[in-house]
Amino acid sequence: MSIFGFIYQYMDNFAFLILAAIGLAVIFGMMGIINLAHGEFIMLGAYITTLATMAGIPLFISIALSALLVGIYGFIIDRLIISKLYGRTLDSVVATWGISMIMAQGMLIIFGPSIQGVGTPLGSLSIGGENYSVYRILLFVIAIAVLGVIYWVFMHTKFGLQSRATMQSQEIARSLGVNTNKVYSLTFMLGAAFAGLTGGLYAPTMAVSPSFGNSFLMQSFVTVIVGGSNPLIGTFLSGGVLGFVNSALNMIWGTFYGRLGLLIVAIIVIRLIPLGFSGLVEKKLMRGRDA
Amino acid sequence: MNQLKNSNIFLVLTLLLSLFLAACSSGSSASDGSEEKIKLGVLEDVSGDFSLVGVQKLHGTQLAVEEINENGGLLGKEVEIIAPDTQSDNTRYQEMARKLILDDKVDAIMGAYSSASREAIRPIMEKNEMLYFYNNQYEGGVASKYTFATGAIPEHQIETLVEAMMEEYGSRFYTISADYNFGQISADWFRTIVEERGGEIVNEEFIPLGESQFGSTISRINEAKPDVLVTLLVGQEQSSFYGQWALEGNTDIPMATTVNMVQGYEHLRYEAPALANMYVTATFMEELASENETAKEFVDKFYEKFPDDEYVGMEAEAQYSGVKLWAKAVEQAGTTETDAVIEALESGITYDGPAGPVTIDPATHHAIRDVYLAYSDKEHNITFPRKWEAVEPYWLSTEKGVNLAEKDDFSQYTPID
Repeated sequence: MSIFGFIYQYMDNFAFLILAAIGLAVIFGMMGIINLAHGEFIMLGAYITTLATMAGIPLFISIALSALLVGIYGFIIDRLIISKLYGRTLDSVVATWGISMIMAQGMLIIFGPSIQGVGTPLGSLSIGGENYSVYRILLFVIAIAVLGVIYWVFMHTKFGLQSRATMQSQEIARSLGVNTNKVYSLTFMLGAAFAGLTGGLYAPTMAVSPSFGNSFLMQSFVTVIVGGSNPLIGTFLSGGVLGFVNSALNMIWGTFYGRLGLLIVAIIVIRLIPLGFSGLVEKKLMRGRDA
Repeated sequence: MNQLKNSNIFLVLTLLLSLFLAACSSGSSASDGSEEKIKLGVLEDVSGDFSLVGVQKLHGTQLAVEEINENGGLLGKEVEIIAPDTQSDNTRYQEMARKLILDDKVDAIMGAYSSASREAIRPIMEKNEMLYFYNNQYEGGVASKYTFATGAIPEHQIETLVEAMMEEYGSRFYTISADYNFGQISADWFRTIVEERGGEIVNEEFIPLGESQFGSTISRINEAKPDVLVTLLVGQEQSSFYGQWALEGNTDIPMATTVNMVQGYEHLRYEAPALANMYVTATFMEELASENETAKEFVDKFYEKFPDDEYVGMEAEAQYSGVKLWAKAVEQAGTTETDAVIEALESGITYDGPAGPVTIDPATHHAIRDVYLAYSDKEHNITFPRKWEAVEPYWLSTEKGVNLAEKDDFSQYTPID
């Protein structure tokens, strides 16, 4: 495999891990809610993009529509169910698991086991006799851009400031006049919107079915576990490291070992740095401040 | 004397009474019998991962049974289908198989899609001496007294496919397959047959079920430059491969498969040219309707009954023909009693199915069938460049010495045993 081949694989894996995990990471990091319906939110996004594109709407507008509609859907789910479970991590697991089953089976009932897919746009690029999908390179750029958007939202907006305050200490934030319930709702909506975006982005590259979300579930949870609670630093670092491990093992021994590698890294990280990469970084920063 | 006479009269009366009672009871049981239904248990995945094929197979059963009932039923009785949804879940398969046998007391069971689910229920069938039809394409090798496999097996699909691909393209094969019993054993089959014919397997990759990202696999294939790429991928997630291959792969390399298009109609579900340049060996597929009058009739009947269905695939036909074969054997045996029906099935029974005759080979309990080579071009148009007639399931009997008509067996053999 050529050097560019490896870089391309790395970019591909990195984008997949970041986009798979980002919605989950935002919700988990900011709210302490483990959203087991994350995969189904992604699946919903994929369906919206596919159906909208089939109805004649340009693909990229369909993808934006996915993010928007799944975000609104997330807001409704939050108001109806999740808002009753703030701060109850374990209860949220059971409730969101139920939501995931209802969504997957509901899709199966409405649209059947599969719908016709949309082809991958933008064609391919030939370098040194090898073909590379332009769309997948674009996905890498979008993954980086998503991280940029998250940085901007949490560091430069009022909502970001309030949500960081809520994350650090909900009670103090509330006593200073922050409507923490509203912050939670908006955070959940943001996380759902990112899941919808991911679903929309990957819909043209994969088979769209009610089990679409399953492809993302393992990768997204491993990325969040390895990354830790900070959705920006954690996801970025763990996407970077896991993407490298995955591409290298894939290249040397094949897909099975790539997947195995992800899980082994997750086990090692849980053992050595239980708070994940973001915990490690925060500890370093704290030490720096103390000294 | 008087006393004796009295006792004689009493005896005669008792005899008469008992005769009358006996006539009564036999009369009532006869009328019960004609109302009683023959029960056919069906285990198919209407939901879950495999529902794409499971629904087709359930509908195939329903069509066949409806036709049987319209023609007066079986042995004068109506056939009733009992079909719990197995939800692509192997534990549910076992649960439902026991329920069908013990609670519903069915006369025969048809079903299972994946090999894992078949192997989950086969021991239950054997323990309960239940007649079981596995009407599905699979990796072959099951030799069981109670199991009849009417679908396509490696003799039908792999030998023919390797023969056609080697003649046309060359002898270097690259195999990617789903990492579970079907994929592993089918890959072994390809290796055995390719090497027997003097070809070479340049690489073999097993992909975990549920994998949807194929970037590294594709670049490895491109690098190996095989003459033929064998794809034995299973499930919705893995079928993402084809779209990615169309963009990043060297699409001059022909793909050869035994599972795609014929089961999950990927050529209709994915935008062209995802499956361009793909060959599949099939015992049936919807497009055969353009070649074959009986196939057309079957497809028309199917869509008339199930107008919302999207495809009539290979397994729908296998299940339909399986039901018809079973019905024919029951008529021939004159009873639904298991041993008698098995004996009838081992009599060289044939059913003229939608894609040609389906004959049960008594020694192996597998089917002798016609096989078609199907090809998908860049626009996903299907053509049938080649046909093999009456391909026999010889492997179990010649290589493993299995003869189920003579000697009971309850195992699955594989080419690397």
